[in-house]
Amino acid sequence: MRKNHYSRRTLLGGGAAALAASAFPAPMIWAQDIKGVTLRQVGTGVSAFNEIAQKAKEDLGITLEMTALDSDATAQRVATQPNSFDIADIEYWMCKKVWPTGNLQGIDVSKLEYYDKIVGIFKDGKLTPESTIAQGSAPHTVGFVESAGDKAFAGGETGFMTLIPTVYNADTLGIRPDLIGRPIESWAELLNPEFKGKASILDVSSIGIMDMAMVCEAMGEIEYGDKGNMTREEIDKTIAIFTEAKKAGQFRAFWKSVDESVNLMASGEVVIQSMWSPAITAVRARGIPCIYQPLKEGYRSWGNGLGLASHLSGLQLDAAHEYMNWYLSGWVGGFLMRQGYYSAAPETSKLFMSEDEWGYWFEGKPAQGDITSPQGQVIEHAGAVRDGGSFMDRMGNVACWNSVMDENQYMVRKWNEFIAA
Amino acid sequence: MRAPLRPSDIRSWLLAAPVALVLGFFLLLPLVMIVVVSFWGATEFSIYPAFQLDNYLFLFTSSVTYQVFAKTFVYTLVTWAATLAIGFTIAYFLAFHIRSQTWQVALFLLCTIPFWTSNIIRMISWIPFLGRNGLANRTLIEMGLIEAPLEWLLYSDFAVILAFVHLYTLFMVVPIFNTMLRIDKSLIEAAHDSGATGLQILANIVIPLTKPGIMIGSIFVVALVMGDFVTVRFMSGSQEANVGRLISNDIGLLQYPSAAATSVALLVVVVLTISVMLRFVDIRKEL
Repeated sequence: MRKNHYSRRTLLGGGAAALAASAFPAPMIWAQDIKGVTLRQVGTGVSAFNEIAQKAKEDLGITLEMTALDSDATAQRVATQPNSFDIADIEYWMCKKVWPTGNLQGIDVSKLEYYDKIVGIFKDGKLTPESTIAQGSAPHTVGFVESAGDKAFAGGETGFMTLIPTVYNADTLGIRPDLIGRPIESWAELLNPEFKGKASILDVSSIGIMDMAMVCEAMGEIEYGDKGNMTREEIDKTIAIFTEAKKAGQFRAFWKSVDESVNLMASGEVVIQSMWSPAITAVRARGIPCIYQPLKEGYRSWGNGLGLASHLSGLQLDAAHEYMNWYLSGWVGGFLMRQGYYSAAPETSKLFMSEDEWGYWFEGKPAQGDITSPQGQVIEHAGAVRDGGSFMDRMGNVACWNSVMDENQYMVRKWNEFIAA
Repeated sequence: MRAPLRPSDIRSWLLAAPVALVLGFFLLLPLVMIVVVSFWGATEFSIYPAFQLDNYLFLFTSSVTYQVFAKTFVYTLVTWAATLAIGFTIAYFLAFHIRSQTWQVALFLLCTIPFWTSNIIRMISWIPFLGRNGLANRTLIEMGLIEAPLEWLLYSDFAVILAFVHLYTLFMVVPIFNTMLRIDKSLIEAAHDSGATGLQILANIVIPLTKPGIMIGSIFVVALVMGDFVTVRFMSGSQEANVGRLISNDIGLLQYPSAAATSVALLVVVVLTISVMLRFVDIRKEL
């Protein structure tokens, strides 16, 4: 069902424009028409910044209404309330949950000006031609469909993307070096009794289970066939190990939103935990030492993208395409790179970053001067090197992607039991 | 043969209709929906109509369910006892020790001031206070009472119950205070004149006469605590679970039928608990 709230005139205008668009696929000609369009974007907090909405207003004239929810709530919203949003800013693993509902439409890549600039991870899954693809729901496996309305994922690159990739990162454990006082090198340290009552893990099942798997594998307790697609026995064993640790008092708390993880770390309640990059930035911005510790077993990675609601058509759809082009054109990428993420089109983002910033965040070079957060707070001084090094060092060392497994429903029930145990 | 409807009958029906409709639409219909959905099936991303017992089967065969219900009862019982003790004392003080009505009202309003801010804020403000390096621990350490910070102050059952008591004591104070105000003072004077001690007056006059207030307060507290999920999540750092959290986890993971089944179980338990409570006091008779 389509919901249109335009006058007949704008509709006619939009229709004519759409006709013209199909005749001459040149997306830039709309810039005047889309002024005043409002797009409602729902997503996880990772990229919901007011600065982005403000800049979109300035550059495109569109009004972005952003709603930030936790991961589960976002997937829930996209799956169950299709008319409550226009743009879904979601993670790739959520595709497996929300795509079959038909609430999102495939995105025609011919409308994307910067498609060529998108990194290989989101196309054929390879960072470089030689790289091997990590376990789990790698973005390219859920990144394409055969046609705009298709509900099944395509095997390879097609003309329709499920999401326009925006940001992604390689996640690892966050630690408080001042409170730990020794090097941390393995995921297994999360369950080290040394940190009893001072560890935390995130309470988002699809991501938490992957962190758990990294830990169990590092401890040598379980050898997984595929961490991203566990069997029931593997799920049982993994949850059992963590339930035992929970009952022994290993965890101080579990967190669900990024703010919670920041508070846990900054207040010293927790010294080692699953963490996301902006949380590290936020803790450091308070002047508290916090390291995004690279670990020998590799990273757990994730990717975010923008999806189009099925109900979008006409002018709003044009505005959404325009917004996506703008998103990949560099400014947003540069802004979010300063947050510690990587842009899906790094070449364009480079234009919006200083050489020093690019060197620090992307190339892993020592900072020449102060490094600031997107909001301008100083988070690092000259000489500092990004935890984990360069883009290639970090993204090239991904052990698994956040996933939705075949046994997801079973896993979810077990997860629920773990939280309740 | 039934007599035809008289005009006065029609008027009564019409007068009762608005309430009946409102209750029907906003209470009965949703409840029926919940019961119906509890038999449905769910996939990753959708729910489909069916009649299957899977949800209940999983609910009743999982040992976690029983642990969680037990935990919910523990929270309820402890919170109830604490709010009753505190609430009764405050109400008693306000009703019998404060002579002037102006002061009674003023002090009563004072009790409600914390309620001018949101529930969540009142709850979350405990977190920095109780934390490992929080005010409470630092003060205790400085006073030399403890060596190392007390870990159980935050993210524990203690924290959860503390927050519950803080949040819900007023729901005990109000109805008890209200019934106490209506106790005829001459009764107490008469008892006093007949040589009853303070304790006897309390046990034989004040408590029996405030029973309806106590019961109303208890129903509030029991219903609120049994249905809560936010307090448990935040104050236990997501480490403990009551039935409400079980339901909210299911909803978060799009498992609506399973959430509905748990809700039905919770509803039955709450209704049973409250009807048992009502056996002790006939509120209607005593109001």
